[in-house]
Amino acid sequence: MRAFGSASLSLLVGGALSAVFVLVALMSFLWTPFDVETLDIANRMKPPGDAHLLGTDHFGRDILSMIMVGARTSIAVALIAVGIGMAIGVPLGLTAAAQKGGMIDEVISRGNDLVFAFPSLVIAILITAVFGASAVNAIIAIGIFNIPVFARITRGGALSLWKREFILAARVAGKSRARISVEHILPNVLNLLIVQGTIQFSLGILAEAGLSYVGLGAQPPTPSWGRMLADAQTMVSLAPHLALIPGLTIVLMVLGLNLLGDGLRDLLDPRIRTARQ
Amino acid sequence: MLRYALQRFLSLILSLAVSSLVIFLVIEVAPGDPASYMLGINAQPETVAALRAELGLDVPKIERYFAWVGGMLTGDFGLSYTYRTPVAEMIADRLWVSLPLAIYALALSTLIAFPAGVYAASRRGRTGDIAVIGATQLGVAVPNFWFAMMLVLVFAINLRWFSAGGFPGWDAGFFGAMKALTLPAISLALPQAAILTRVMRSSLLDILGEDFLRTARAKGLTERQALWSHALRNALIPVLTIIGLQFSFLLAGGIIIEQVFFLPGLGRLVFQSITQRDLIVVESVVMLLVFSVILVNFLVDLAYAAVDPRLRSR
Repeated sequence: MRAFGSASLSLLVGGALSAVFVLVALMSFLWTPFDVETLDIANRMKPPGDAHLLGTDHFGRDILSMIMVGARTSIAVALIAVGIGMAIGVPLGLTAAAQKGGMIDEVISRGNDLVFAFPSLVIAILITAVFGASAVNAIIAIGIFNIPVFARITRGGALSLWKREFILAARVAGKSRARISVEHILPNVLNLLIVQGTIQFSLGILAEAGLSYVGLGAQPPTPSWGRMLADAQTMVSLAPHLALIPGLTIVLMVLGLNLLGDGLRDLLDPRIRTARQ
Repeated sequence: MLRYALQRFLSLILSLAVSSLVIFLVIEVAPGDPASYMLGINAQPETVAALRAELGLDVPKIERYFAWVGGMLTGDFGLSYTYRTPVAEMIADRLWVSLPLAIYALALSTLIAFPAGVYAASRRGRTGDIAVIGATQLGVAVPNFWFAMMLVLVFAINLRWFSAGGFPGWDAGFFGAMKALTLPAISLALPQAAILTRVMRSSLLDILGEDFLRTARAKGLTERQALWSHALRNALIPVLTIIGLQFSFLLAGGIIIEQVFFLPGLGRLVFQSITQRDLIVVESVVMLLVFSVILVNFLVDLAYAAVDPRLRSR
């Protein structure tokens, strides 16, 4: 029972943190305390206080508002990148498992190994630098490396299912491998995919922050957490809050998603639950 | 064993061939001709054509691909478009920063992760375990470049123990150079240590649940004796795999950390070369990094097969 308690604690804390960030991002479409594109040089680098809850940056922009709009960018980039990974990776993994040991399986599996061998950050930087720095190219760069992750996890989950009786029954009933994959395998690997999706989502947030930190993510004037950190770097001794606040924001968001992933895994995977109890 | 090794070797060669082709194609389809980039937008077409010929860009792509791969096999990576110096030399220079940095970071992360993982596993479910798990949660959530900035703020700007960036070179003495690499290595090592601690802990816990350990305990060994004499050695296999993979990651993963600390390493070389359209340098560095990952995987596979014959029939 205690183990179940800790699982639901991760789920609760992680879920709450993630929900707050999603709500903040959604709210930024309707309202932010200040306009993020209005410069107010007279009030630059103000520490957190009454007028500006989290202070202002070197152009006098309200940091809370920038964090709110930045959440939008981070979440959008990471979420779409997970979508790309799932949309391509899951069918590949299902196909590979259905054709286990065959030529197609071999090609897909070796292809996965190959993508894993590429230094993802360098390739992401290459893609964004060569095709232009933008949020869209950041999404593509992060999304490509999500494909083998989902392909592999789907294949692994599906392989163990193909040995189960209910799949054998479906085969005896004359269903095609493709139909079995969609009707029986997919619903049963969904839990795995949800958990992995949460993890990739949090890795996507980190990757987006890294890319925008080196200037290859969303471009000005769109606020992004990574670029707020890059801007803060030279001023960190004068106004530490400029670096502290966006950094802690990223940590909290990633921490929330990771806890949510852990909590979901404990909740959705009965094996772990019984092992713990 | 020989047959297995041969099989893996063929697969290694095939992977290298495919990845070299992929790297070449990605970079070749990239918009922006190096020659026109170097000469600026006002350059005469004849001048651009002459430079293209000089750089060897006028020959068909397929020929250039084979020239590039053939050259690499003999250690000749070609000449940098921008600096007209051998790429191999440029890479070697930068490796003197990136390689020690990666090794330093790996050593730190292993030094942290081993005791932390063993401690957590031996205190399973108790306060110490929960504290370690909590710390690893935080470790994987912190962006390393932000952690680097915080280290600079505290240890370079406030305490003045380290410099905020730059690299004096190995000529300045071993300790001076290592000192300059310390903050970058710590920032790289932290998230890796968190991951490794988790792997170490869960691998140990898996092994501790196995039958042979139950037998060991039934024979009268204490929990601690069973852990040290039986479990640890068996738990090391997944841990060593992760360490192998982390090394390749650290070699490439320093790219942003090198930006934070202004270190003249491989990462900064890639960055500069991308912005200068010095494509031949980019191609070669990426190929080198991919090669190191594939090679590490190959060696890990062989080591496994040598230790555990069951894996050979996979």
